[in-house]
Amino acid sequence: MSQQSLNAPGGGPDENAPDDETLTGGQTFASVQGTDDLLDEIDSVLESNAETFVRSFVQKGGQ
Amino acid sequence: MTEQNRPALTTERVMGIETEFGVLHADVEDRARAGAGSSILLSHLVVGAYALLDPAEGERGRRVRWDYGDETPLRDARGFEMQRAAAHPTQLTDEVRDAHVPSVELDAPVTGPEVAPEGDDAEVLAWASQRSIGNAVLRNGARWYVDHAHPEYSAPEVLRAREAVVVDRAGEEIARRAMGILAGAEGIPEVALYKNNTDGKGASYGTHENYLVDRDVPFERIVEALLPFFATRQVLVGAGRVGLGTRGQEPGFQLSSRADFMEAEVGLETTLNRPIVNTRDEPHSDPGRFRRLHVIIGDANLLEESTFLKLGTTSLVLAALEAEHRTGRRILPDLALADPVAAVRTISHDPSLRATVPLADGRELTALEIQRAHLDSLSAAADAADEETAQVLRAWGDILDLLAEDPMRAASRVEWVAKLSLLERYRARHGLDWADPRLAMVDLQYSDLRPGKGLFDRLRAAGAVGTLVGADEVEAAITTAPTSTRAHLRGGLISAHGANVPSAGWDAITVAGPTGGHRLRLADPRLGSAEWCARHGIDPDSDLDTVLDALRRAVTAS
Repeated sequence: MSQQSLNAPGGGPDENAPDDETLTGGQTFASVQGTDDLLDEIDSVLESNAETFVRSFVQKGGQ
Repeated sequence: MTEQNRPALTTERVMGIETEFGVLHADVEDRARAGAGSSILLSHLVVGAYALLDPAEGERGRRVRWDYGDETPLRDARGFEMQRAAAHPTQLTDEVRDAHVPSVELDAPVTGPEVAPEGDDAEVLAWASQRSIGNAVLRNGARWYVDHAHPEYSAPEVLRAREAVVVDRAGEEIARRAMGILAGAEGIPEVALYKNNTDGKGASYGTHENYLVDRDVPFERIVEALLPFFATRQVLVGAGRVGLGTRGQEPGFQLSSRADFMEAEVGLETTLNRPIVNTRDEPHSDPGRFRRLHVIIGDANLLEESTFLKLGTTSLVLAALEAEHRTGRRILPDLALADPVAAVRTISHDPSLRATVPLADGRELTALEIQRAHLDSLSAAADAADEETAQVLRAWGDILDLLAEDPMRAASRVEWVAKLSLLERYRARHGLDWADPRLAMVDLQYSDLRPGKGLFDRLRAAGAVGTLVGADEVEAAITTAPTSTRAHLRGGLISAHGANVPSAGWDAITVAGPTGGHRLRLADPRLGSAEWCARHGIDPDSDLDTVLDALRRAVTAS
């Protein structure tokens, strides 16, 4: 049901978020030349704590 | 065969895509605290952020409300309203009086606008979420709303597969803008959106296609023809998924993100016991002429050619069904599967594409062979002079050739292969087995829509996957409706006169004019197109009185 009432939004982002969820690499990238570059890039942007992230990705079912 | 009876199938048809996005707290601690319980709140924030606060959507804090009015009455009144209207051709009512002409209701009650508070983005968002504002019509003609526990973008209706790609991509950009607004609002949770279909823990959410089909085609025939086509099209347009089973309980990779959630051949449900062919039928148009085929088996595609082929090939199959019914001559191959639900899984779980599935007549065929049979029969009946149709058939054939040779050769054109190829290279580099959470992470982050995060974006930027439409077209489609359907009139009126459009729906637009309210009903989605508006001297950009006069003349003239 899309019209159910809501609580007010929760608090803002926690300023004490653990460091293990920050990115391990920078956010700017040069043009990619090949497979190795692409894999390097993915290593640098992939969430570092994969297991925790995957476990926390929980959705409610939809249609 | 006479010229009149020649099928000459094309991809042209009223169609559209709805996308439910995965939605998360971007902050990991917020996420851990809230679990999935906050998804409804987050979805409202996403919808409110773009609809109420993006400057592109007009006056801050104001939105065009969704008009539900069309949905139930049209379905419940099938046939009856038509007859009554036909008996009174000049009567202007809120009912659909003729499928071929619009009707205008005079003096419809117009509810006063809700007023958002003055203040910063956070204040407007708090007001919006407290009021559960979860629905808006955008100036590009889309519906942007909260469905269950997901933000959903129902793209404006179009007539061609390529147009569908453009408006679908615009939805991704709108999702990004919403995330950006939330990220900048003090004290409001930051949100991450994903264009995928499952959390890998048993929950699935849909990317639905909708196609209008001639009402005269018997539904049993539609079901019979679509089961083998839908069960096998995943080799061409599946988005790929890490994990087998609804909870990903078995390690591995499969072609389709939705396959394991399909449990029935045909049925009405969309959230439980999901069927390969869904029977939901709210045509949002004249039910005497049109059935809406609501397709729930498809994956969310980021790769443009996958979306293009998903819509293009399906539209051609439907065109064949219409032509078969019209001429009495069979076009599509007779390939009834012995067990379609099992076949969906067998095919999805076999990236080698060598698995065969049993047919009711005892044959055993691969998905590629079944797809090839469809392509051959449709090619023989298609209008080769139609540009998009030719493009769909050519790409379909080229890709089936590549897949038959070696599936990995299709990595730039087939989404599941693009994803698998990336995963295999990543696996090889780090020596990972399929149970490693880093591979599930790659799968999730592949569809992350946050700028800088999404791995599909990396593939696209690196040229590892192809594109089909221009970034400029996508940009334009965020704020401009497609011209081929009534979305043009809906979006045009909202763009030019948003303050005077309290609400709109698929087949209804309410305009609050200086002399009272008018409710326009468009029972044929081709009404209100740019071509139709031009023919009737309707320019949505002209002043409101002029537009209303022109609309009234159009109704009278029809």
